[in-house]
Amino acid sequence: MANSLWGRLDDVQADAGYDGAHPPRMGFFTDTSVCIGCKACEVACKEWNEVPDDGYELSGMSYDNTQALGASTWRHVAFVEKPLETSAGKPLTTTDLGLPGMGPPGAMEGDDQGARSGDAGVRWLMSSDVCKHCTHAACLDVCPTGSLFRTEFGTVVVQPDICNGCGYCVPACPYGVIDLRKEDGRAFKCTLCYDRLKVDETPACAKACPTESIQFGELGELRERAHARVEQLHEQGVDVARLYGADPEDGVGGDGAFFLLLDEPEVYGLPPDPVVTTRDLGSIWKHVGAAAAAMTGLGVASFTSRRLVPRLLSTSLGRRR
Amino acid sequence: MAEAHPVGFQWVMEAKRRGAKIIHVDPRFTRTSAVSDLHVPIRAGSDIAFLGALVNHVLSNELDFREYVVAYTNAASIIDEGFQDTEDLDGLFSGFDSERSHYDPSTWQYEGTAAAPSAGQRDPAQDAGPNGARGAEDEAHKSAHEAAKSESHGSGGPAVSSKPPRDETLQHPRCVYQILKRHFARYTPEMVQEVCGIDPDQFREVAEALTANSGRERTTAFCYAVGWTHHSTGAQMIRTASILQTLLGNIGRPGGGIMALRGHASIQGSTDIPTLFNILPGYLPMPHAAMHRDLDEYVASDAGATGFWGNMKSYMVSLLKAYWGDAATPENDFCFDYLPRLTGDASTYTTVKSMIDGGCKGYFLVGENPAVGSANGKMQRLGMANLDWLVVRDLQMIESATFWQDGPEIETGELATEEIGTEVFFLPAASHVEKAGSFTQTQRMLQWRDKAVDPPGDCRSELDFYFELGNRIREKLQDSTDEMDRPLLDLAWDYPVDEKGEPDGQAVLREINGTGPDGKALSAYTELEDDGSTACGCWIYCGVYADEVNQARRRKPHWEQDYVAAEWGWVWPANRRIIYNRASAAPDGTPWSERKKYVWWDAEAGKWTGSDVPDFIADRAPDHVPPDDARGPDAIGGQDPFVMQTDGKAWLYAPLGLADGPLPTHYEPPESPVRNPLYGQQNNPSRRKLADASNPINPSYSDVFPYVFTTYRLTEHHTAGAMSRTLPYLTELQPEPFCEVSPRLAAERGLEHLGWATIVTARTAIEARVLVTDRLRSLRLGDQVVEQVGLPYHWGRNGITQGDSPNDLVNVTMDPNVYIQDKVGTCDIRPGRRPRGPALTSYVEDYRRRAGVDMDDPTNGRTD
Repeated sequence: MANSLWGRLDDVQADAGYDGAHPPRMGFFTDTSVCIGCKACEVACKEWNEVPDDGYELSGMSYDNTQALGASTWRHVAFVEKPLETSAGKPLTTTDLGLPGMGPPGAMEGDDQGARSGDAGVRWLMSSDVCKHCTHAACLDVCPTGSLFRTEFGTVVVQPDICNGCGYCVPACPYGVIDLRKEDGRAFKCTLCYDRLKVDETPACAKACPTESIQFGELGELRERAHARVEQLHEQGVDVARLYGADPEDGVGGDGAFFLLLDEPEVYGLPPDPVVTTRDLGSIWKHVGAAAAAMTGLGVASFTSRRLVPRLLSTSLGRRR
Repeated sequence: MAEAHPVGFQWVMEAKRRGAKIIHVDPRFTRTSAVSDLHVPIRAGSDIAFLGALVNHVLSNELDFREYVVAYTNAASIIDEGFQDTEDLDGLFSGFDSERSHYDPSTWQYEGTAAAPSAGQRDPAQDAGPNGARGAEDEAHKSAHEAAKSESHGSGGPAVSSKPPRDETLQHPRCVYQILKRHFARYTPEMVQEVCGIDPDQFREVAEALTANSGRERTTAFCYAVGWTHHSTGAQMIRTASILQTLLGNIGRPGGGIMALRGHASIQGSTDIPTLFNILPGYLPMPHAAMHRDLDEYVASDAGATGFWGNMKSYMVSLLKAYWGDAATPENDFCFDYLPRLTGDASTYTTVKSMIDGGCKGYFLVGENPAVGSANGKMQRLGMANLDWLVVRDLQMIESATFWQDGPEIETGELATEEIGTEVFFLPAASHVEKAGSFTQTQRMLQWRDKAVDPPGDCRSELDFYFELGNRIREKLQDSTDEMDRPLLDLAWDYPVDEKGEPDGQAVLREINGTGPDGKALSAYTELEDDGSTACGCWIYCGVYADEVNQARRRKPHWEQDYVAAEWGWVWPANRRIIYNRASAAPDGTPWSERKKYVWWDAEAGKWTGSDVPDFIADRAPDHVPPDDARGPDAIGGQDPFVMQTDGKAWLYAPLGLADGPLPTHYEPPESPVRNPLYGQQNNPSRRKLADASNPINPSYSDVFPYVFTTYRLTEHHTAGAMSRTLPYLTELQPEPFCEVSPRLAAERGLEHLGWATIVTARTAIEARVLVTDRLRSLRLGDQVVEQVGLPYHWGRNGITQGDSPNDLVNVTMDPNVYIQDKVGTCDIRPGRRPRGPALTSYVEDYRRRAGVDMDDPTNGRTD
């Protein structure tokens, strides 16, 4: 088995050891151009997956009080307030803090702002973020216990009954998605509702989304749909529309959950050019191995091998209803 | 809409996907603005000026849908020569009685009707004119006025006695069209800038988009919520939109209309089968003690009328048969005397005032948390603290059930727990998934839901509670010989129950639908009779149980039927998806355009047909002209689409029925930092004041209260918060009360982002965290810059996270038609937390003193 760490990979399940009869790769296409920031996805996710609350803190980051993806937030809606540029190229507020949405906008001088009638002088971007279910998932590559595994749907799932809380996966994720739950010690993240997929149900977030901003389906079909949507938006003059994570040639081999954004990824708090952190693992281990071989025969193979969890085990994860 | 109605907003997004242009007019930039094509920031409470200018734009550029306007509206109708407009009287209409602060509308009427009211018309609120006798009738006039008569016309217009003279060239100086033109002439784009703070260029962009998207080929829809209704001019704000939509031909046609977005599931249902004091099911007026001494008198004012209200006696008698069954006979006037009678205003705020004054002793709160959700929470709590008993039915232990223990007045010492005599009964309620029943939404659509799970513990459905309450009261009274108890003992109070004792909701729905002489479910309200042979709990719902099938439970998906989706749920009346849809065809009965084809006349078959149930007499030809003496539905002409109006026309001008004028007029909110730029008259002259020491009004244009505040909702929470801030998953999304201010206001007052602010009115002061945001804009009105403080109102003292309730800041000054409060007021805002305990009272007192609030005359805002 190849167990590739890098580059384009058209059949991620086969790469993980599933036979040819595996189901198609499933994923999310989150079209932020129609997101209305209702957060139904966050709530539906928590309800279905029994994720605990994540604290009651007014963040001051616009209407975003969950702040980031984490062990107890598997869907996260970002709210980005951004002053629009005037025709003169200057932001309407006299102080642009550079990082939109991360703090208060600056006070204006005099009452120039009042003189304008607020003619859409501000843009409010909303985007529901989620685990990307990477083609090359570093979290999975570094997991020493086999808790993280690739499902037959091509998604990446952590099994709480196997996770030992070592935390290796946390820095491995290029998006900062997976995290340890403090009071529990183990790692948690979006499962793309593996239990629901098992019984042919739509994941809770997509099911709850009122505007079809979160679309669930076969990844190949979603990518086609997404490209058509970008084209449509461009025709409508929304030339800022672009896809994020849809390219199978990118640093993680393309995301299983990808996005249509209306600004640079950084504006939404997304890394502009994520690269699987285990890209060079093979060559590193070649070098390490050469040195180590002289000393001791450490079993390192397990670190680089992709695991296929026995079907029986993965099925037991699924909650039935 | 995205903010408070995200699920319904999916259809707006769907429309946008198909190319619709979305314009959002709102003081703040919300989640709706974020996805709209255009956001128009507006000063809270100035909407009539904005909409009125759109009306003016349409009229002065002759952009109205002229053929529609001439044929289907009262534009051509001639008005009485005694009528004087706000143009003539600097903001007043003719007939204003300044002593009583209300209008005598006799000069507003159609020519030829005011001088000779029809014999049966005994409604003094509507036609006591200069000739009306004083004395007893005068009192009746006053109490009828107070009984919110206008709201009882919810399903149609009030009766005019005959069809008025018309000038279809629209040139007559007293025709409605010309009056409208003169009335709105001063509502210019420049005036919009001065009143609303909207840039003239932006105004024109809206005006052009609206008119370009209306006409034969295209239609425009309006959606509104309490940003329009919760004002002392609320009913007139909706009227302005109605005038605009009617002029543009956007009523009765697909893609048109004005949609009211309700604050809570089935609020439409709660007026159809009302929880209001002044109407009975189906918008039948609640009888008035002085005017409706018997059934004949009650129906007299409408019985002679033209249009479908002419059959009112059938609706009323069938209702009485549903209430009292076999006990209701022709000999006893179908138990008409069992109905309570109005003697005046019994609306919610007046009732609260009555509690404070000791008149009202007991109170039921059902799914309502007025200590947080109603205007002037202090007034609500002071009222409830002065009751003998209070019944609270809710899902959660809400502030209205615990105010006696830890309310804000306990903290300040204005109330002491041991001195509150109110006995509070808290009864846990079943939620919507724990009981079966129907919701009626804004399209008048009933959708049935089945029970998903049993309610936990002692929680019970409303149906179970009221059925059981009735059973127990009737049991206690069973041996009574007192006449007073007959209405209760004679009630038809018999519903099948399941093994757990839960009454069958479908049996109630069937009773509402109505049954015929054979005991079978009726199919349509046209089958109702006035002889007692039919029973019907709500005439407009007749047909919801047609063929003994719960039609509201239908769930045929839209992909299995056409776009009208007539087999999803059931829409009153008669499963008609768009009312007044005769207007979707031209006067000759052909569709206005192929694109907007909906209901049309099939000349060959001799009947109306189309995608929807035609809202017209099925075989009435477009060229039918009724004889002059025709009454009821017989009087509807072939070109009279507005079949509930007695003249069959849409009313651009309302000759009757409104308490504050036949045309909308911009008045400032009762508390405002600006002088009304349009008229000398500052406030709605007939607004209803509520004089109480707990309800002092901030003087307008006061330096002490220089800012505007407005309250609103967030997607994450539900109304007064009992259903959301008690749940971790929703509380974490918006964990604390906050206020939103513009960067300019923050700089002016030294407010820090995430710091604390104290917001003060003459009622009280509250504290909240500060969000400084570009989404709240400073507005320039002429030389003045107006700042608005935005306040989400969801919090109180109970729940996972707590905080002060912004509604405590709101004053109670009401719209004279429907008695809703004005959600807009003035305030001061200062950095830092508010004073605690008794210091809070003196802090607010100091503000009142500095602003010159006269506590002997607390509702004097010094504007009249």
